Order: sequence, then C-alpha cells, then structure tokens
Amino acid sequence: MKKESLYSTDVLVIGGGLAGERCAMEAAAAGLGVTILSMVPPRRSHSCAAQGGMQAALGNCVKGDGDNPDWHFLDTVRGSDWGADQEVARIFVEEAPRAVRELAHFGVPWTRVRPGDNTYFVKGEAVVICEEEKNAGLLMHRDFGGTAKWRTCYASAGTGHALLYAIDSEVIRLGIEVWDRFEAMALIHENGRCHGAVARSLRTGALTAILATATVIATGGYGRIYGKYTTNATINYGSGAAIALATGVVPLGNMEAVQFHPTGLWPSGILVTEGCRGDGGHLLNGNLERFMVQMEPEKQELASRDVVSRHMMDQIQNGHGVESAHGPHLWLDLRHLGADLLNVKLREVVEICRDFAGIDPSQSLVPVRPTQHYSMGGIRVNKDGQAYGMTGLFAAGEAACWDMHGFNRLGGNSLAETIVAGRLVGRSVAAFAGREKPDTGTALARHSLDTCESGIAAWLARRGSGPRIYEIQSRMAEIMIRKVGIFRDGGELQQAVDELQDCLRDCGRAALQSKVPGMNPELSDALRLEGMIRLAIVIASGALARTESRGAHFRRDFPLRDDLHWLKRTLARWPADSAKPRLSYEPVGLLDLPPGHRGYGKAEWIELDMSVDQYNAQVQDAQNAEGRLASEEAPGSSMKWGSWKSVMNASGAKK
Amino acid sequence: MTAAEQARRLTVEIFRFNPQDPDAKPRTQRFEIDESPYMTLYILLTRLREEQDASLQFDFSCRSAVCGSCGMLVNGRPMLACRTLTASLPQHIRLYPLPVFELIGDLSVDTGRWFRDMVQQVEGWIHERQPFDPAAPEERMSDDESLAIYESDRCIDCGCCVASCGVANLKPGFAGPAGLNRMARFMMDPRDSRDDEAWFDVVASDEGVFGCIGMMACHDVCPKELPLLEVYSYLRRKVLAASIAKKR
Repeated sequence: MKKESLYSTDVLVIGGGLAGERCAMEAAAAGLGVTILSMVPPRRSHSCAAQGGMQAALGNCVKGDGDNPDWHFLDTVRGSDWGADQEVARIFVEEAPRAVRELAHFGVPWTRVRPGDNTYFVKGEAVVICEEEKNAGLLMHRDFGGTAKWRTCYASAGTGHALLYAIDSEVIRLGIEVWDRFEAMALIHENGRCHGAVARSLRTGALTAILATATVIATGGYGRIYGKYTTNATINYGSGAAIALATGVVPLGNMEAVQFHPTGLWPSGILVTEGCRGDGGHLLNGNLERFMVQMEPEKQELASRDVVSRHMMDQIQNGHGVESAHGPHLWLDLRHLGADLLNVKLREVVEICRDFAGIDPSQSLVPVRPTQHYSMGGIRVNKDGQAYGMTGLFAAGEAACWDMHGFNRLGGNSLAETIVAGRLVGRSVAAFAGREKPDTGTALARHSLDTCESGIAAWLARRGSGPRIYEIQSRMAEIMIRKVGIFRDGGELQQAVDELQDCLRDCGRAALQSKVPGMNPELSDALRLEGMIRLAIVIASGALARTESRGAHFRRDFPLRDDLHWLKRTLARWPADSAKPRLSYEPVGLLDLPPGHRGYGKAEWIELDMSVDQYNAQVQDAQNAEGRLASEEAPGSSMKWGSWKSVMNASGAKK
Repeated sequence: MTAAEQARRLTVEIFRFNPQDPDAKPRTQRFEIDESPYMTLYILLTRLREEQDASLQFDFSCRSAVCGSCGMLVNGRPMLACRTLTASLPQHIRLYPLPVFELIGDLSVDTGRWFRDMVQQVEGWIHERQPFDPAAPEERMSDDESLAIYESDRCIDCGCCVASCGVANLKPGFAGPAGLNRMARFMMDPRDSRDDEAWFDVVASDEGVFGCIGMMACHDVCPKELPLLEVYSYLRRKVLAASIAKKR
C-alpha cells in the first residue's frame, strides 16, 4: 500500500485496540471520516489478551444480588486509594451496564446465568447456590478482587479476545479505514492545537503526515519499559504517552502508579487471570500455606491487586518463596476446582499452563510471581477525554489518565473502561470534529514530516562503536524492576533516576548494526527507545517525589497514605529545552466519598486537615491552572452526591 | 531440560527476503544458537535479532498464543512460534513464512489483510434484528448456546489452517477453514437475523463449504484445537436443509 506523504481525515485514532476502535465507531456513526492507525492488525492488539472479564453492576446472580452502580462506585474509589477522580468513577459505573449489554448486542458470547444449583468456591469452601429461574440466560458474573459483589461479566478466560473480535467486526461493518502496521512517530501541533500525527509504515518504513481535525491516542500501556518483567505484549511501548510527552505541553498524570499483577506465570511473565482466584483458586507459599488468609482475613486472595502483590513479595523476601533456576516464586493452587470447571470457565488458563509451563493446573501447582501489568497513569485528560493543554487531542483507555483508577485499578475495570471511555470520548470527539474546522495548511505538516525524517537520518548516519540499543533497553528494564518496582525507597529511586539519565545519554550515541531499507526492525526499535526512557524517567521521578504510600505506589521510607500532603495527582511535562521532566500537582478531583479505610490493606493513614467542602472548593481553579480544557458539561455535573450512602449503610455485612 | 543435561547447540535455517531492498534475492540463512531452558521460538528469534542479525523480520505481539501474530512454518508445519518450545524440535530447525499470505519480509506475512477481506466476504458481524436499546436489559440466551458460539469464536486469525489448506493455496477467494468457521459462528448465533436461505449463496459455493476437498490438515494444525470437522458437517447439514426448503 503506497500512501501519499500527506493525507487528511476528520478523526485520526492512534491505536486499534478496544478503546481506539470503540471510539472510532462513535465518530464514524456521527458521519465523520475516521482513520485508525494500528501497529498490528487490530485483532492482534493487546486488548485480545485480557482474560478475566469486565465489571458492570447488573446484579444478575445470587452473589451479585442487590448490586448497583453505587456499590461499583464505592469499590472503584476505595480500590484507587482515593486517587481517582470521583466524578469520572461515577460516570463510569453508571455507563458500564449499558456498555456490557451493547457488547452482547454486538455478539459477544458472554457466559450466562444457569438456573438451578451451581457449585462455586468461596473463601476456600465449595458451596452450592441455586440461581433463580427469573435470571436464567442473563449475563453471569464472577468474583474479582476488591469488590463487594460478584460483578465481573466474562467469556471463559478469553473475554478480551471475544470483545475485540466483536468490536473489530463492527469497525469493518462500518467501513472504517484501518491502516494496520503503522506507528505514530510524532504529533503535529502548534500553539496548543493538535492537527494530527506523522505515521511510519511498518511495512515499508515510509512516512506520512496525517492531518486531522481531532486526534485520539489509544495506544495502551508501556509495560515493555519493564522488559521481560511484564505481562504486556511485545508491542506495549507506551508510544502514545511518549509522543504526547514529546509535545512539551501535554502532561502525563500519576505515572508513578504502576500496577503489578499478582499472578504472572513464572518465569515467562504471561498473565494468569485474577478470575482464577475469583473462581476459588488459592495462593500458597513455599511451605504450601495459604498466607493470604492470615494477612487479609476478610478478603483473603481477593484483596486488591496492590495489596496481594505486596503480601506475595513479602513472602518471597522473607524466605517463604519456592526456589527455582530463574529465581523464587509462589504457587497458585487450582487443583481443587477440578478439570471440568477449569476447562469451561478458565480454559485459556489451562492452555497457557500447558503451553508455557508444561503443566496441567487440575493436577499441578502453577508457579506465579507479581509481574508488571498495567499503567494507571497516562495522558491527563478532562472528563470528555480531551488532553490538558492541547485542543483537538484526546486520549482513551490505558493510555489515558481519565482518571477512574487512581493509584490502583480493580481487575475487570480496564476492559470496562475501554468500552465506556470509547463510547463517551468518541462522542466528545465527534462533537468536537463536527464543529471545528481543520485550520492548518500543509506547511506545518511538511515541517513535522521533515523533523521525523531527519531523526531517522540521524540514526542511519551515526557510526562507530557506541552502545547497542538492545543493551540500553535491557539495562532500562533491570533498573525499573529492581528500583521502581513493588517496594520503593528514596535512595533507590534517586539511583534509578540517575541511571536512567545515563541510558538517555547513551541512547543519543548508540549506533545501529542494520541499515537495510524498508521497515528495518532495529531502526523501528531505536526510534521508540528515547520515548521509552523518558517515560521511565517520568515514572521514577514521580515516585521519588511522592513521599507517601498510596495504592500501588509503596514507599518503605514513607509507608502511610498521606492525605494531608498527597491527596493530589502528579502531572509531568517535559519541556523541550529541559534535561528532566517538570513535576506539578493538582487536586485529585471533587470528593464525594471522603477518604477512609479501603476495607483491606493498612488501616492507618495521615488525615486531610480540611473538610471535603474546603477541598472541593479549590479543585476547579487548581485544575484550570494546570491546563484543563473546558468540558462539554460543567465539572461536577455528573456527580450523584452522597448516593453511595444508601449502600454504605446497608453494608454492615459484606458478602 | 534439566541443568544436568547437555545444552544443545541449535542450527536454525531461516528464509530471508526483504521486498523493500531492490538488491535482495530470496535465500536462506543459517544461524547457530545455544538452547536454554524453556526456550520458545519467540525467545530464540528475539535473541537472534538482538545478538546476531538485527535486520531479521518476524511478528510477535502477545507471545502467549492468543493474538495470532506469529504463525510460521516450523520444519514444514504451520504453527504458532511463541508457544513452540525448542525442546520439542530436532536440533536442526527450519523456519519459513506461511504460504498463501503476502510476504512482508522474512518470516512476516500479511495475515491481517487476508482476514479483514474474509470478514467482509462472509459479513462476519452480527446482522442485528433491531437497533440496540440502551434502556433494555440484555436479550437472554442459554449458557449452553453461548458456550457453543464461544467454541467457534476462539479462532485467533493466525492463518495456520489457511496455510495448511490445499485449496486455499491454489484458489484465491476460497473462504478457507477460518472463513468457514466464521460462517458457522454467526449461523448458530440467535442474535443474527440471517436465515439459512440468506446464508445459502455464501456457504453453498466453491468459495464456501463446497470448495473444501476434505484433506483436513486444518483440523490437525489449528493451535486452538477448533473442532473444524464438526464445523464443516454443521455447514453441510444447514446447506442441505436450506436447499430442501428452497425446493418446496
């Protein structure tokens, strides 16, 4: 496919996963011309690897009885350790039921309620529960961590795959143009207005400047900064966040909030879904003890991911791990669930255990260890998904900091976010692109194209015996996993920042081994490297500055959550002339649920010294000062103040 | 492989061709590499690129056998490279790109476009009975019905079946095993409004199920173990029923 070097479209969506495609559908349905850029054919996006499910408060089964958006709101805000924007959390929980039903309409083969007696495993016991006839055939739920009710809708352990195929089918039905094997290299922007992006073909290496009225970044996470210590696909470079950071204007929010999933298969790092524990699986240490029962008597294995991952690392660091040639790990025990249940409800887990660990989980223990998994942080956007400081630029899904996850995302809330945000941000994008005109000539596009071309030429021209890019890449990954991992402290974080700066310097003098024409895989990797190192520096710097522990960000030297000083969101910009990122802070957003105990994890924190009303009074001005653009509706308009109190009062007995 | 066993030195013969290089000619290149415990072809190829030849092209994404990026011919057989342990292979390994699909470079082929064309050909999306009503509860469906759809829906578009198919290798336009499976997936879905008659022209043709000559290599090579044999009988039964109905 030979593309012209200049191209224009109404809406450019960068990223062909669930968030990007769902967003594109909304814009296409509004009659706009939409172009999706995807590094891989869209169905190979990392969304397809999501396993366990999608949270939506339908309350269709007995263990989900009485569920509603207020419960989902409580769970999500507590899960976030009060780092979330509570208005966004509210918008999300209200919309999730519609989103999940729409997916059923698009053909997702959701697991359905089977009326009559069903055997489930709850807190280590097999229990028989009779599902009511009136709920027969509605969407079924499974249990997940940090939730008061069974709320996660699922299709065996292949939920992401089922969703992505349904959504991509709709994209094809709507005739949306997809440029697969294209990667965005830079945003085209001027005076705080985004006009599209420069794209590089991963077939031919050719560059195209794509002018767009609205540009959406939906490129997912950056797990590959952690090298092999991630569950993420090999394509998760964080390139969307990197090109936004490179504008010097758009801030990334809370990049230090990095989720480690408790059960990465050891040593390959491949995800084993939280649905395993939701459906009754146990964690065991090297002495085959269920340590989570003692550590978290109430939630056990189903505390939030940050809490479970820390308890697991404590076991390993206290010598209770299982030694192996690749280092210590723990066990996930699924044997008691039996082959019949595993083959139907956790089928993909059985396949992964067979293919990558050579074991049958109905017979053998599964070796697991916490593994980098998800980025709560990302491109900071307002509630419509429009980026701070840049008109016409939007972001959705994992690439964005919208920010419903705060410092810890609940399992099942990321698939749900992709669809909910895709729908809502897609509507804002359509409204924006419908009323705005593309108002740039081709001179700016040519200039951006030239800048990218000279960047490539510089890589190809550099000679000599500088370090190799793959050596720098793996050095970066080792720094991140050792010093910016689950447990952090000031000394190590400072070392990490310094060593990552060395990586950045080395990147500037690295030389390629291969200069073949075409896409040149080594050149492609080299072009991503600087952006990845800059993201790593932003993460480490944010973590160093945040002298408290909140959600997934845990500082051994500051072990308490500190609402007095840190009930705020980190914003990181990297100005063009600066050697390091510039950090600033804004309030997390309007508070509805006041900060308190999450119901699991540490029951101690440093309290805010003002009332919720006083806190809320400063939010809008402070966020505007940080570059938040006006949303379609006024801030706070979607709040349902105090609505959570009805379920909070009814929640004396949980589960 | 235990540490006590002697690590093998593998010989890997890889097809090389870069269509973007006017001077390039198709050839094979031989590499040698020490095997390590739990080494998959994903680990092997990544190491070859990083340590021996940085120009080597191949595709991986999830590296956990769900995204379907890495189908290739391994010693002549189409399979997913990411989940193939070198321990399961002889010392001499031959890697070639999948046939049928357009070559992008070396082991990388354009399965993405082939599958998008196939989805368009079979209209592989739900033909809704009425528009989505955001205020209504979901339409009910029995769990067994949903499980049956899920079984076919598990296809990962990797193209191994297509590459193994004698007909797909010779006849452009044949929907291929993956396409036939896609037809069945939507035919059995009660949410889809197409009846047997609407399906007839798509299914009952040489591009559809009558194109299949029954060699069934597809069934053997499918990494997701889709029950393709059952899928084709299902399609033939449905076509027969529709043709009888047509005559009446």
